[in-house]
Amino acid sequence: MTTILTEHAERAVAGARADGEDLWLPAADAERATGWALKPEGFCRGEVCVPVPPGRAREFADGGDINVAALWRHLGLPLARDASSETWALGASAAARSEQLRSLEAPDFSLPDLDGREHSLASQRGNKVLLVSWASW
Amino acid sequence: MDLSVWQALHEELANHDFTVVAVAFDEPEAARPWIEAASPTYPCLIDRNHEVAELYHMVNVPQAAWIDEAGRIVRPPENAGQSDAFRRMDRATGQMSAEQIEERRRTKATYVSAVRDWVHRGEASEHAFDRNAARAHLRLPDSGVAEAYVHFRLAQHLRLAGRDDEAAVHFAQASRLHPSAWNIFRQSAEKAENGLATGEDFWKRVEALGDEPYHLPIDMKGLADD
Repeated sequence: MTTILTEHAERAVAGARADGEDLWLPAADAERATGWALKPEGFCRGEVCVPVPPGRAREFADGGDINVAALWRHLGLPLARDASSETWALGASAAARSEQLRSLEAPDFSLPDLDGREHSLASQRGNKVLLVSWASW
Repeated sequence: MDLSVWQALHEELANHDFTVVAVAFDEPEAARPWIEAASPTYPCLIDRNHEVAELYHMVNVPQAAWIDEAGRIVRPPENAGQSDAFRRMDRATGQMSAEQIEERRRTKATYVSAVRDWVHRGEASEHAFDRNAARAHLRLPDSGVAEAYVHFRLAQHLRLAGRDDEAAVHFAQASRLHPSAWNIFRQSAEKAENGLATGEDFWKRVEALGDEPYHLPIDMKGLADD
């Protein structure tokens, strides 16, 4: 079983197939895990579409499967893999993080407290917030 | 640990549309005793994958951002009033001199006063940055940092799954790709019995800083010249 780690989720994908540097997922699983879907105009997520490079379609799509690792590399996004457990981590780009910070709109997040109750930053709208990190170590 | 400092501030300013949100770059069970001892009434969140560190490009603790009522960053992430006095402690005993303890107390008090001033006076506070100044004070991640966080995410997952050897490979990768992230290094380092990652490797890394700061200095009146 292959495990896909994304920013907020962890998914086991039964129909996944890893082959060297490639990670093939059934298209529906690829979309659920990454938000990207293959359409006639290219790979699309929301309003954004990225064309498949001419003549290289077979690197990215094979029957009903999508090569998510190739897509990630093509998009310039970071990924890491542990082959022994077939676990892949798919990340976001430094450019996207930087753009968000430069907008000065505080990046939203939702995290649990010790009792497992989720709290989002957005739920604090109307308050000034001191967002402060700490650790036991 | 500052949780009780933030609790006092949170209580004092409770009627001023202000809250502390504390995020632990930590494991729940490691954070638990500290949270229970401080019994905070503000949200005290557990961020085992250091998501907030990545989103805000925080490289150490404590670092803090000031966010206004509309969700705008008015002070980007920076050292939340922690001095470097610990570097001169007696490492055998873990003791700091009275002078070092006083330096640490004064630095924190100055920072807390600045937060208080902002909460009372809003953008009129001399400590609140306007948009241009806030942007000018941002530190931004490079592609190595983004890569570091996929390795860190993978390593945390592997460690929880009991695959310590595989996890160690990716923790090391993360630390190599983002060498200025003390939070990545210390989260994955060996901990002493007291839970602190202050072993030989830690002090070696601190010494390698030379004259460079461990807690980055911040541009705040009363602190900038320290």
